[in-house]
Amino acid sequence: MTTTTPGPVQQTSLVFVGMPKFPTAAREALANTQQRRNLRHATHTIRDKRARVVAEVPEWEALRVAGAEAKDEALAHLGDYLEQLEASLTANGATVHWARDAAEANAIVLGIVRDQQVDEVVKVKSMATQEIELNEALEAAGVNAWETDLAELIVQLGHDRPSHILVPAIHRNRSEVRDIFRREMAAVGRPAPEDLTDEPARLAEAARLHLREKFLRAKVAVSGANFAVAETGTLVVVESEGNGRMCLTLPETLVTVVGIEKVLPRWDDLAPMLQLLPRSSTGERMNPYTTMWSGAHDGDGPQDVHVVLLDNGRSHVLADRVGRQALRCIRCSACLNVCPVYERTGGHAYGSVYPGPIGAVLNPQLRGTTSEVDKSLPYASSLCGACFDACPVRIDIPELLVELRGRVVEQEGRTAESAAMAAAAWVLSDPKRLAAAQRAATTAGRVIGGRTVRAVPGLGAWTDARDVPTPPTETFRQWWARERGQGSR
Amino acid sequence: MSARDEILARVRGATADVVTTPADRAPTAVVEETSPGRAATLDLFAENVADYRAQVVRVAASGVAGAVADALRQQGCATAVLPTGLDPAWRGAATEVVRVLDEADVRVDAELDAVDAVVTAAAVGIAVTGTVVLDHAADQGRRALTLVPDVHVCVVRAGQVVHDVPEAVGRLRPEPGLARPLTWVSGPSATSDIELERVEGVHGPRTLVVVLVDEEV
Ligand code: SF4
Repeated sequence: MTTTTPGPVQQTSLVFVGMPKFPTAAREALANTQQRRNLRHATHTIRDKRARVVAEVPEWEALRVAGAEAKDEALAHLGDYLEQLEASLTANGATVHWARDAAEANAIVLGIVRDQQVDEVVKVKSMATQEIELNEALEAAGVNAWETDLAELIVQLGHDRPSHILVPAIHRNRSEVRDIFRREMAAVGRPAPEDLTDEPARLAEAARLHLREKFLRAKVAVSGANFAVAETGTLVVVESEGNGRMCLTLPETLVTVVGIEKVLPRWDDLAPMLQLLPRSSTGERMNPYTTMWSGAHDGDGPQDVHVVLLDNGRSHVLADRVGRQALRCIRCSACLNVCPVYERTGGHAYGSVYPGPIGAVLNPQLRGTTSEVDKSLPYASSLCGACFDACPVRIDIPELLVELRGRVVEQEGRTAESAAMAAAAWVLSDPKRLAAAQRAATTAGRVIGGRTVRAVPGLGAWTDARDVPTPPTETFRQWWARERGQGSR
Repeated sequence: MSARDEILARVRGATADVVTTPADRAPTAVVEETSPGRAATLDLFAENVADYRAQVVRVAASGVAGAVADALRQQGCATAVLPTGLDPAWRGAATEVVRVLDEADVRVDAELDAVDAVVTAAAVGIAVTGTVVLDHAADQGRRALTLVPDVHVCVVRAGQVVHDVPEAVGRLRPEPGLARPLTWVSGPSATSDIELERVEGVHGPRTLVVVLVDEEV
């Protein structure tokens, strides 16, 4: 790809380096049928909902173009817009910080937390803070970071990692969630009710009670932002549960970590974005709650407001004239839900907080193509093109994958792709080997050094890093009868 | 070099190939739906708000106070907090059915946890998405008011209802130096995090009652 001056790439985090070797033989059958079924159900359900609400909008294509155009404009003149954003935020009473990389961002947040002399923060789900592993950094410094999104809470209490951008606990079923709540809640706050059942409504209620005490006492909250409007200094958080509103409203101090690519030039650019994002993401006309704030508002909400503008590899991606379009991504997850590869492998496999098709292009760009997983990710696709069609900001993911493959092959010589394919073929050709690979991946992935890492069998290249699909336990016909026959969606 | 200067330098270096300037950009393309007429827009608003499982009550201007009292009674509320600038008629109606606290009396947000309900006005309604936008003016109160209590009764006047999102964004454009926080509410708080089964009510108000005032005749 053509590049101008590239900034440095992002460091691969500790969680994702040093993945376990694929054991030569899998012993224990830790059946992963549940995860596969959950994932298929999830991706198909959201996909269908999305299709319905997108069909309601006659000008969807024009909207996609408007969305892409707004982001392209922001990226083309990012330096100017960042300066404008900084000026608007400062005028609104916010303190703006800049972070070259994850370590710098974490140090800034920790410094703010220390200034408030607290040992806990409440958090809204945020990809940027996951990317920089803020929770781990805070915990290492003796500060508890409470995740407040229901799915993130399930993941956190289960000592687990998210598997989907939008529904991060989709690999867990209701009885697992109940068990996690019963087992873990008491140690970190209000215990789960004695008579907790696995009804989703009861589980949500348990989370409500558990978290409310944290919201009401927290002095500091940490969030990300979906958009940051340069013109007005407005930050936007789009959510469903109200945990975002709690974090953005109740504490005295609010720290928002914003990737520099989240900038929108103008207030009016929110119009296409607020139409594109909810419909693409949850398949709703509008998500239940969106909060917009501009610095500190007199007598309303946090008065000590900080914004951390994060680079961490983004300027490196920006230097690539073809690759920079990946920075348009608004993290809606539509590309995950239509991806036949993601549907079968799940999100843990991509070796990053960014899974699915966007992860397959963004991770190797952010981190470079030196590690095994990043070299292999451009192959995590059948190039079917469904991701491009679904993408609300028209990122041409297949084009980027092909470009990146070319880069890997150039860098590695001719062997990379063929080795990847040969190894994958070896495993994929034999259902028993494949099943063994998956079971091994699941078992091996449980807990390493106190952290949970999933995946990484030894298939050769890209299949290495993900939960390999279990071969079907039923025929397509049986599946169809079961899934569609009872009208269960 | 400071982090700021270094990031800006990296970004400018990365975009050195760009020949345009921000000033070259045309106005944002506004992709709007045409309203099928006021009556249809109001019907669509009511329909979409209800579709997201909020309760919708349509009344004439003279019926608002009664509708507010009914909603509080039906929800079995004993207490309600009211924003300082709430319409006195609605305040009076609420006072007859519940114990009323004024926003100014509840200094600490945590105290709102013991309050059953809140009654507010709104800034904008959006028909296509079934959304109510609060700009937290005096008749809506600070953000915590409409967040912590479990029941939110929200009065939207017909004149506040626009057809689609671009129209709403246009109306809500912040005045320079006078930006207000905004809360966009589409139905009650919800999650689909457990097996994608929709559950209403996680952290925000679990019951949202929208009183739509059909004042145009
Ligand atoms: S690449 Fe496009 S479809 Fe995928 S998450 Fe980003 S914006 Fe959504």
